[in-house]
Amino acid sequence: MSMRGISLLYNSAKSNRLWQPAVRAMSTTSFARGIFLGELREQEIFPYPDVLSTDQKETISMMMDAGHAFFQNTNDGAANDTNEKIPEDQLDEMRELGMYGLMVPEEYGGMELTNTMYAKFGELTGEYDLGLGIHTGAHQSIGYKGILLYGTPEQKEKYLPRLASGEVFACFCLTEPSSGSDASSIKTRAELNDAGTHYVLNGAKIWISNGGIAEIFTVFAQVPTVDAKTGETKDKITAFIVERSFGGVSHGPPEKKMGIKCSNTAEVYYENVMVPVENVLGEIGGGFKVAMNILNNGRFGMGACLTGTMRMLIEKSVDHANTRKQFVSNLREYQGIQQKIAMMNLLCYANESMAYMLCGNMDRGAPEYQLEAAMSKIFASQAAWDVCDETIQILGGAGFMKDVGIERWMRDLRIFRIFEGTNDILKLFVALNGVQEVGKLFKKQGNMSTAIGILQKKFLGGGMGALKTKVHGDLNGSVKMLQADITKFHVATAEQVMKHKKGIIEQQVVLNRIADSAILLQSMAAVISRANLAAEKGDVSELALANAWCGESHQRITKLVADLQNPHLTKVDQATLDVGKMSLNSN
Amino acid sequence: MASLRVLVGCKRVIDYAVKIRVRPDALGVVTDGVKHSMNPFDENAIEEAVRMKQKKVVKEIIAVSCGPTQSQETIRTALAMGADRGIHIEVPKGTEENLQPLAVAKIFAKLVEKEKPDVVILGKQAIDDDSNQTTQLLAGILEWPQGTMASVVEHSDGKLKITREVDGGLEDISVNLPAVISADLRLNEPRYATLPNIMKAKKKKIEKMSPEDLGVDVTPRLKVLKVVDPPVRAAGDKVPDVATLMDKLKERGHI
Repeated sequence: MSMRGISLLYNSAKSNRLWQPAVRAMSTTSFARGIFLGELREQEIFPYPDVLSTDQKETISMMMDAGHAFFQNTNDGAANDTNEKIPEDQLDEMRELGMYGLMVPEEYGGMELTNTMYAKFGELTGEYDLGLGIHTGAHQSIGYKGILLYGTPEQKEKYLPRLASGEVFACFCLTEPSSGSDASSIKTRAELNDAGTHYVLNGAKIWISNGGIAEIFTVFAQVPTVDAKTGETKDKITAFIVERSFGGVSHGPPEKKMGIKCSNTAEVYYENVMVPVENVLGEIGGGFKVAMNILNNGRFGMGACLTGTMRMLIEKSVDHANTRKQFVSNLREYQGIQQKIAMMNLLCYANESMAYMLCGNMDRGAPEYQLEAAMSKIFASQAAWDVCDETIQILGGAGFMKDVGIERWMRDLRIFRIFEGTNDILKLFVALNGVQEVGKLFKKQGNMSTAIGILQKKFLGGGMGALKTKVHGDLNGSVKMLQADITKFHVATAEQVMKHKKGIIEQQVVLNRIADSAILLQSMAAVISRANLAAEKGDVSELALANAWCGESHQRITKLVADLQNPHLTKVDQATLDVGKMSLNSN
Repeated sequence: MASLRVLVGCKRVIDYAVKIRVRPDALGVVTDGVKHSMNPFDENAIEEAVRMKQKKVVKEIIAVSCGPTQSQETIRTALAMGADRGIHIEVPKGTEENLQPLAVAKIFAKLVEKEKPDVVILGKQAIDDDSNQTTQLLAGILEWPQGTMASVVEHSDGKLKITREVDGGLEDISVNLPAVISADLRLNEPRYATLPNIMKAKKKKIEKMSPEDLGVDVTPRLKVLKVVDPPVRAAGDKVPDVATLMDKLKERGHI
């Protein structure tokens, strides 16, 4: 059963890790994929990755201290937001601090941090200034990440030292006016000159973070490529390292945005830019993969960064609830407020667990993590938005006031659900990848009736046996829930695949329910694994958090699965969609 | 020109921003899982030594910390700020509370014998016990001059000119070297370690010793009987006039 349209979605079969596996070789299957197949792949999630050596823990602890000192004493997020700029002397301090080359190998002047260490440091920007975080992230997490992942030794030697020191800035140039989510439709072109020495680059990119201040651009452009077998010429995307000094590169004024205002966002124009052939990044025609892998590789950063944001917001909410009195008591005495505070904590805990499971597994050498990365990004951006929304609600009118400082976070957070892959697209990506797995399973099982038989057996409780991993007794209930929910989810998803076959690609309402369930299941696994590790180390305080989140997730998944299996809902969905069509047609 | 060698002390203490909680056994405060950092006054001490090195007055800075295994992190911070090497006087975990100023002063005296520095700079006091004794005890043991609560330190011709912050104001003194100094908050603005310096610090040497290796008996001379929270502040009373105020004060035996 081939899924038409899956080819639109990227597939990174090879690991893009920068370092050799530290602890043990990972198997080649991801936990997230297992969910779709009704499998709880315990070897992928136990034990929770604990990848930092004592030395690394000490190093990152010192770096965090230095980072906190910088953010508390020098950085002023509110001023950066009002002025829509990071002051130049602050940029100098950031250069001195070494903030621009965190993951660059030491030989090129970087800190050579692992993904987990980078994530930990990234929590700081989340705690203090998201705009600054995007400035540094656009530079190193995506701006020059391509050189780290795909650069030749010559390219690395030439560019990394100046980028790691922050002497020059980098940016990632993919998006165009008519190509956002549909990245493969970009129109920027690069054509080889007659001498065969340069590609001549022409085009325009929009909404490029650091676009107005960068010197080094990772640019994606269509290159007419001759197919070796057919002799046909086809446009294929290629990635290039472009220097402003090549000439022909210009940029527009800084965009006026809702949030992350101190981060420069600008249009970038390329007019007959002569790019030496040595500056092709990766393979000619392999640019789409390069782009997707760069984004995939950096995605863990968002989960970590927003952990810092959520913790900060929770602290402010708790402070307020403990001190503000209305009617007879402090707000903390009221169940409505307690529920909000509880949910904020659960979202933060689940997010942190997923984020660090992801980068920990990346550091352990996981060959594939694209689904987990997408799930983490979706969860983090939505959770942070919800936590900020509730923080404002708890603070009441004060939350709305500029001076109190929360409204800026709401404005900064909105973009996180949009950029680096919109949540809408990523959800479809997760669901369709999962559906593809189910399709492969059916193929293996032979004919449809065999498949249905197997499903029925599973549904009727031929469920999973006990875990091989020894898990803390208090988590047994949650483990059983997870096992049962994975089974039910698999059955419901398989049924939808059977029902719609190839047409499932169009069924985005169904696919979103599938994606939402899968993400919740992944989050349950992450919190169980993490709380278990904490308990093994002697800290049982996290068990309550893990169980509470599993209880909440179980409720949500039960509803989503019931919706998937409810034939009546198909009619309701259709009626709703018809209203949408009426509105769209009325224009 | 750089000729002086400096020994600087740095203590690992509970971070100043942490909300302290008294232990259930009322013999101390909770330290498990609580954030620790370098004592703020010790940061001033290290910073002063580093500035003197930058001015080429000092040629070597040795950072010393007495404490459990984690004190190594404190020494690494000092190395990241610019100290050249470290000495960790390690004591078993849990016994660091019993390391009192006299014991520390004796340890430093032995290290001075060993390393022969020209100057010893310590923080004025640790923010956990607030003793403000080690510098003075050390100077006494060594029979060296001391400049405590220093807010300015200048070097010229083998002497140090020190401005001290005292209750009445500021006192200027001049001491011959070798000398012991304790750093006050206004001595300087400590730099925070940059990430590249943190990486460089990993390559600097830290020597490990125990008090026994130095022949120092660290048995405490003082015993903590009880640690309690300060009393909860009682609500005040508002009075309509001075006469009522006088009555109330008399009533409560305040006058």
